[in-house]
Amino acid sequence: MMTARVKKLRDQSLKAVPSISGERAGLITEFYKSPEAGRVSPAAAHALAFKHILANKAVVFNPGELIVGERGPAPKATPTYPEVTCHSLEDLRILDSRPKTSFKCDARTIALYEKEIIPFWRGRSIRDRMMAELPPEWKAAYAAGLFTEFMEQRAPGHTVLDDKIYHKGMLDFIADIDAGIARLDFLNDPEALDKRQELQAMRIAAEALILFARRHADKARELAAKEKSPDRKKELLEIAGVCAWVPAHAPRNFREALQAYWFVHLGVITEYNTWDSFNPGRLDQHLWPFYKKGLEDGSLTRESATELLQCFWVKFNNQPAPPKVGVTAEESGTYTDFALINVGGLKADGSDGVNDLSFLILDVIEEMRLLQPGSMVQISAKGPDAFLMRALKIVKTGFGQPSIFNTDAIVKELIRQGKTFPDARDGGASGCVETGAFGKENYTLTGYFNIPKVFELTLHDGFDPRTKKQLGPKTGDAAGFKSYEELYAAFQTQLRHIVDVKIAGNALIERLFATVLPAPFLSILISDCVANGKDYHAGGARYNSNYIQGVGLGSITDILAAVKTHVYERKTLSMKKLLETLGSNFSGREDLRQTLLLKSPKYGNDDDAADDIVKAVFETYFAAIDGRPTVRGGKYRINLLPTTVHVYFGKVTGATPDGRKAGEALSEGISPVQGADRKGPTAVLKSAAKIDHVRTGGTLLNQKFTPQILADEEGLRAVCSLVRTYFRMDGHHVQFNVVTAQTLRDAQKHPEKYRDLIVRVAGYSDYFLDCSVDLQNEIIRRTEHMGF
Amino acid sequence: MTPTRTAARPESPPGLIFDVKRFALHDGPGIRTTVFLKGCPLHCLWCQNPEGIAPRRELLTRSSRCTRCYSCVAVCPRKAVVKGPNGGPVQLDRSKCDLCGKCIEACAYEALAVAGREATVDSLVAEVERDRLFYEQSRGGATLSGGEPLNQPDFAAALLSALRARGFHTVLDTSGLAPWTVLDRVAAEADLVLYDLKLMDDARHKEFAGASNRLILENFCRLAALGRPLHVRIPLVAGVNDDDANIRTTIDFLRPLPAVRRIDLLAYHKGGQEKYRTLGQENCFRIFAPPSVERMEALRRAFAAAGFAVTIGG
Repeated sequence: MMTARVKKLRDQSLKAVPSISGERAGLITEFYKSPEAGRVSPAAAHALAFKHILANKAVVFNPGELIVGERGPAPKATPTYPEVTCHSLEDLRILDSRPKTSFKCDARTIALYEKEIIPFWRGRSIRDRMMAELPPEWKAAYAAGLFTEFMEQRAPGHTVLDDKIYHKGMLDFIADIDAGIARLDFLNDPEALDKRQELQAMRIAAEALILFARRHADKARELAAKEKSPDRKKELLEIAGVCAWVPAHAPRNFREALQAYWFVHLGVITEYNTWDSFNPGRLDQHLWPFYKKGLEDGSLTRESATELLQCFWVKFNNQPAPPKVGVTAEESGTYTDFALINVGGLKADGSDGVNDLSFLILDVIEEMRLLQPGSMVQISAKGPDAFLMRALKIVKTGFGQPSIFNTDAIVKELIRQGKTFPDARDGGASGCVETGAFGKENYTLTGYFNIPKVFELTLHDGFDPRTKKQLGPKTGDAAGFKSYEELYAAFQTQLRHIVDVKIAGNALIERLFATVLPAPFLSILISDCVANGKDYHAGGARYNSNYIQGVGLGSITDILAAVKTHVYERKTLSMKKLLETLGSNFSGREDLRQTLLLKSPKYGNDDDAADDIVKAVFETYFAAIDGRPTVRGGKYRINLLPTTVHVYFGKVTGATPDGRKAGEALSEGISPVQGADRKGPTAVLKSAAKIDHVRTGGTLLNQKFTPQILADEEGLRAVCSLVRTYFRMDGHHVQFNVVTAQTLRDAQKHPEKYRDLIVRVAGYSDYFLDCSVDLQNEIIRRTEHMGF
Repeated sequence: MTPTRTAARPESPPGLIFDVKRFALHDGPGIRTTVFLKGCPLHCLWCQNPEGIAPRRELLTRSSRCTRCYSCVAVCPRKAVVKGPNGGPVQLDRSKCDLCGKCIEACAYEALAVAGREATVDSLVAEVERDRLFYEQSRGGATLSGGEPLNQPDFAAALLSALRARGFHTVLDTSGLAPWTVLDRVAAEADLVLYDLKLMDDARHKEFAGASNRLILENFCRLAALGRPLHVRIPLVAGVNDDDANIRTTIDFLRPLPAVRRIDLLAYHKGGQEKYRTLGQENCFRIFAPPSVERMEALRRAFAAAGFAVTIGG
C-alpha cells in the first residue's frame, strides 16, 4: 500500500496544472546578453548559461518528499527554451487557451517575453535560423504534410542513460575530462582546439550540476533548522547528506543512486528541451546491486525501497513535456515526455536480466498509475513467463502500461547496425519503441514521413492537390500507367525524391545544432563524447543513427491492394474514374467506396495478397533510407511509429483508394487500418511479422482487447502465448489496449468520470481526455477483438 | 513447415463448412483454429449458430446493411431477390434462389452473403497451418465443431486424420448424435473429444433439442469406456436445464464413468438472434436467458463437490 507521504505527493502531482515558467528563459537571456557570452566558444557559452540557470533557479522542496529537485519553480511549472524556439506572444496565448495540452501562462511571463525574450531571441533562435536557411522545396513539402521535423522546436535527445553514473560521480567525470585535455596533441591534431573548447565546456557543465545539488543540501539544512517535526527534521538532514554526496561522487546506496539519477535527469532536461526527455533505461539492472546490498546490510527493506521508487516516480510526473506548438504539437500532442523505463531483458553477458527488483518495479508501476514515467517490459526468450504474466496483469487493468518488447529482436536490430553484443544487450527501447544502445548512442528521430501522401503525389504526377504545388518529379499521368508495376515504379521514384528533400534538410539542421547549440552536459553522459572530445550534437557518441519514421504502413498497403485489385486485375474500375471519385471525396459514390473498403485485400488478415504489398513497401522505404550517411558520421535507419501524427497526416491527405475519406486518420505504426483486420489477433500478428523487424530500429503494433479476454488465467496464458509467438517471429513490440468501446464513448459523454482513464495511443499512453476528439474517435474505432 | 511427411493420398471429397475461426480460446486447450462443419441433426431452440443447422448452403440477408440501392435485384436471374415493400430492404424468395451468388457480388455493402462453402481437406489443413506457431506456444491446435461434425463422417475423419498427421493436436466437439460406428471412427482421430450433454430427461430433450437423447447417452457411455480424453460441455439455459433435478441426474450419470473428470459449464448467450433473422427464420428464434452468475457458481460447486474439475466459460 502507498504510504501517506506518497499518496500526498501523488495527489499533488495529479492536481498540479501545467503552466509556463519564464524562469529559465529569463536566466538564459540574462546570460547571453552578458559580455562573457561573446568571449567564449558556443559550447562554453551554453555550459556557462547552464551553470547560470542552475546557480540561480529556485530550489524546490515539496512537502514530505524524499527525492528532491524540480526542473521549474514548482511541479509542472514548465520552462521554455528560447535559444531553440522563441515562442511568439501568439504562441503563448494559444498554449494558454487551447483545449488540449494547454499550459497556463500568466501576465508576468507574457510581459517578460514581450520585453526581454522575444527582442533578444527573435531571429537568433535555432528555429528562426533554420527557417532562414532551409530551401523552398523543403518548406513546400513540410507545409504539404509529407514529413515533419523533430528538431523544429526541440533539441535532439533521443538517448537513454546506461550504468555509468552509478559508478562515477561528476568529480570522476571531471578527472576524465582533465585527462582528456592533458592528452590533446596540438602539434598533430588539427581539431585540438575544438576538442579543448568542448572539454572545457563539459567541465563547466559538470561543475554546474554539483553546484545545483549543493544548493539542495544547503536548502535542506536550512529547512531542517526550522522544522518542528523531529521525523521530518531527520529526513531533511538525510537529504542534505545525500545531496552533498551525489552527484559529485558515485552513489553508495539505493537512495543515493535514485537521487544521483534525478539530478542528472534534471541537468539533461534543463540544458535543452530534448526529445524523449531522457531516462534511466534499465532501472532494475542499475539499481540491483544497491538493492541487494541494502537488503543484506539491513539499511533497506522491500517497503522502504518501494517508497523511494514511488517518490522517484512522482518526480517524473511533475515534468510535462515542454510546450509544443504548430505541426510539432500535432505530431506529438501530449504532456508525456517519453521517459520509458525498461524492465527485464538481458544482462550484458547474455544471461537473463529479470530479478526481484524487476517484479518490485512492476508493483510500483501498477500502484502509482501515473502518466509518467512510461514503462515497458523487455521479454527475452530466456526470461520467465511469470514476468510476462505479471506485466499482463497490469496491462489488463486498462492503464496501457507497461508496453511489451522483444529483447531478442532489439539485440538483433542493434547488432545489424554494428553495435557490439554487450552494448546491444545493455540497450533497449525508448521514446515510443525506438531501439538504442543506452548510454552510447545518439539515435535521433528526425521526423515522421507520410507514405500514403507520397502515393497521392504519385497519382497526380508529383503535384499536391491540397497545397496546389508541384512537390515531386513528373512521373507521368497515372491514367497512362499500363500496369501496376509501372504505377509502383512511379511511387518509388516519388518516395525517393521526398526522402532526399528530407535528408538534405536534416543535414542542414544537424549542422546548425552541432555548431550553434552544442550540448556539453549531455556529452558528459554519453560514451564516447569525453574520449573523443566531441559534442553529442556533433557526432561525439560511440554510435550515431538518424531515423526517419515511416507512417501509414497499413494505409498504403490497403491503398495499393485496392488499386491493384480493381484497376489492374479485375479491371472493373478505370484509373480515370478512380481519380475523379477520389477528387470528389467519394461524393455520390458510396457504393464504390464500400466496394473498395470491403472487396479488396486488407493488411492484417494474414492474406498474402495484401501482405506481399506490405513487404514490398517496407523494402522500398528501407532501400530509400537505410545506410545513407548522416553529417554526424552515422547512418540513416528506419523505424515505423506514429505518436499522434497519423491523425495530422490524415488531415492533410485527400481521399484514398482504400475507401478512406479525405482528412480521416491514417493507420498507426504497423497496425492494420482501423477496422480492416477481421480475422483476429493471430492473423494481425502474422501479417505484422511479415516485414523484417530486425532491419528497423523499432516498430509499433497496437492491439485492442476488451477486458474479458484477459479476465481469467486461461485468457492471460493465451495472450502470453500470442506475445511469445509474435516475438518468436521477430516482432519488435506489441501493446494491448484493454478497454471497451462503450467505456470510451461514455468517457466522451461524461469526461468528469474518466479523468484517470489512461489509454494506449501509439507508442505511449495518455489520458484519454487529453487526446483530441479525432484521436479519441480513432481509438474507439480500432478493432476490438470481442467474443473470441 | 511440415513436420510429418504424409504419403501421397487421393484427394478426399470436399466437406461443407460455414466458418473457420482463428484464436479460438474455448474449444479445447490453448489457442486453436476451429472449423465449423455445416449440418446438424438436432434443432436446439437456443442454438447460437443456426446457420450451421441445415446441411446445405444458404443465403443470408442482413437487412440492417441494405441501403436500398437494389443492385442485387437487377442482377438476380431468377427474380428471387426482390425490393422490399415501401422501398424497404431487399427480400428473398428462398424457393427461387439457386445460390448463384450474383447478388452478393453486386452488393457493395455485404448485405448479402452465403453461409456454407465447400472446402477440401487440403485447403483446411493449409488454413489451420497458418497459426501453427501459436498452437505450439500455447499447446493448442485445431477443433472440429459445427453444426455436427459427425453429420459429415468421412470428411470429418479425413480432416482430423490429416491434421493429426501434420502434428496438430485435434479436438472433436460433438453432440454425439450419430450411429456408434460413426462416432467411434471419427473420435478415434481426435486427441480430445468435447461432448455436449444438454438435458437428461428424454421428453424434455425432444422438446428443446428436437430429438431423443437415448443414442447420445448410449454413445457417451461407450466412448467413456474407451478411456480416451473426454470433456463434457453443458450449455446452460435458465429454466430449461439448470434445475436441480437435471443437474443431479447429470451427476449421477457421469459419476460412475472414470474417464470423465472435466466439465465445462457454458452459459447461454443471445448471440444467435441476429443470425436467425438473416436466415429468414425469425419464427424459429426463442429468447432464453442465461442462469444468473450466482446460479452458475452454485452449479459449478455442485459438480465440483461430485469430484469433477469444472470450468465456467464459453
